Amino acid sequence: MTRMRVLVRPKAGILDPQGQAVERALPALGFDGVDHVHVGRLIELDVADPSRLAEMCEALLVNPLIEDYEIVES
Amino acid sequence: MKFGVLRFPGSCDEVDAQLACERVGEAVILWHGDTDLQGVDAIVVPGGFSYGDYLRVGAIARFAPMMESVIAFAREGGIVLGICNGFQVLCEAGLLPGALLPNQSLRFVCRQVDLVVEDTRTPFTNACEPGATLSIPVKHTTGCWYAPAELHERVEAGGQVLMRYAPGQNPNGSLADVAGVRNEAGNVFGLMPHPEHAVDPLTGSVDGLTLFASIREHLGAHVG
Repeated sequence: MTRMRVLVRPKAGILDPQGQAVERALPALGFDGVDHVHVGRLIELDVADPSRLAEMCEALLVNPLIEDYEIVES
Repeated sequence: MKFGVLRFPGSCDEVDAQLACERVGEAVILWHGDTDLQGVDAIVVPGGFSYGDYLRVGAIARFAPMMESVIAFAREGGIVLGICNGFQVLCEAGLLPGALLPNQSLRFVCRQVDLVVEDTRTPFTNACEPGATLSIPVKHTTGCWYAPAELHERVEAGGQVLMRYAPGQNPNGSLADVAGVRNEAGNVFGLMPHPEHAVDPLTGSVDGLTLFASIREHLGAHVG
């Protein structure tokens, strides 16, 4: 089994109210110089055949209309 | 005629939907783990929650055994109405265009809204007067309908937007004030507002009943 990670993020251009809320909150705590915050999802999984992961993303893990994903070995 | 109303683990509006259907016909509850549609003439995928809405709203529910039957029913031209979570499930199942995003406010909204009916010649709206506005409640956190530009253009050009929030009343930031869309074939319709909660004067409006009456009217001649 190989430990893999799928990073899921809102597609570019899609309004990301969670990211915006975080972006507003950080300066309020004194953390200036933060821009373009996006909040996504991390999926970790052990898979026997990592080559099938993209297929799994398209079928269930990601909604390609609204999300982009990146597959990385962890 | 007989309606079938789906019940998922977490559904909470299926009884209201059943009662709304029973104002115009018969209605049975269809359990998500079964596959038998029990000979129903139309299907309602109700609101509430499904499978915890883990991953994304509606994402897991679309793989329920009963959903396989619903998808086959829809592909054969069967009438399917999705309300709120049901709308989300039908989008995830690929039966309706677009996706539902979290409300722009990131807050749960619960209020009465006015809906402009864009087309009164459909199985879901034929009982509405042309140019009608319906007063129906919304209650959701993930109701911001979205489609990429190219898909949105196609949906608009095809007249698939059947209902929009009245000007200034969009509760969730949905694209072009879209409240409900149909599929290309016209037999599947989903909307975020809850017509099943607006069928009795006790709750302030009976406008929601027109959707169920429309389905009845549309199928009436065939199913008696």
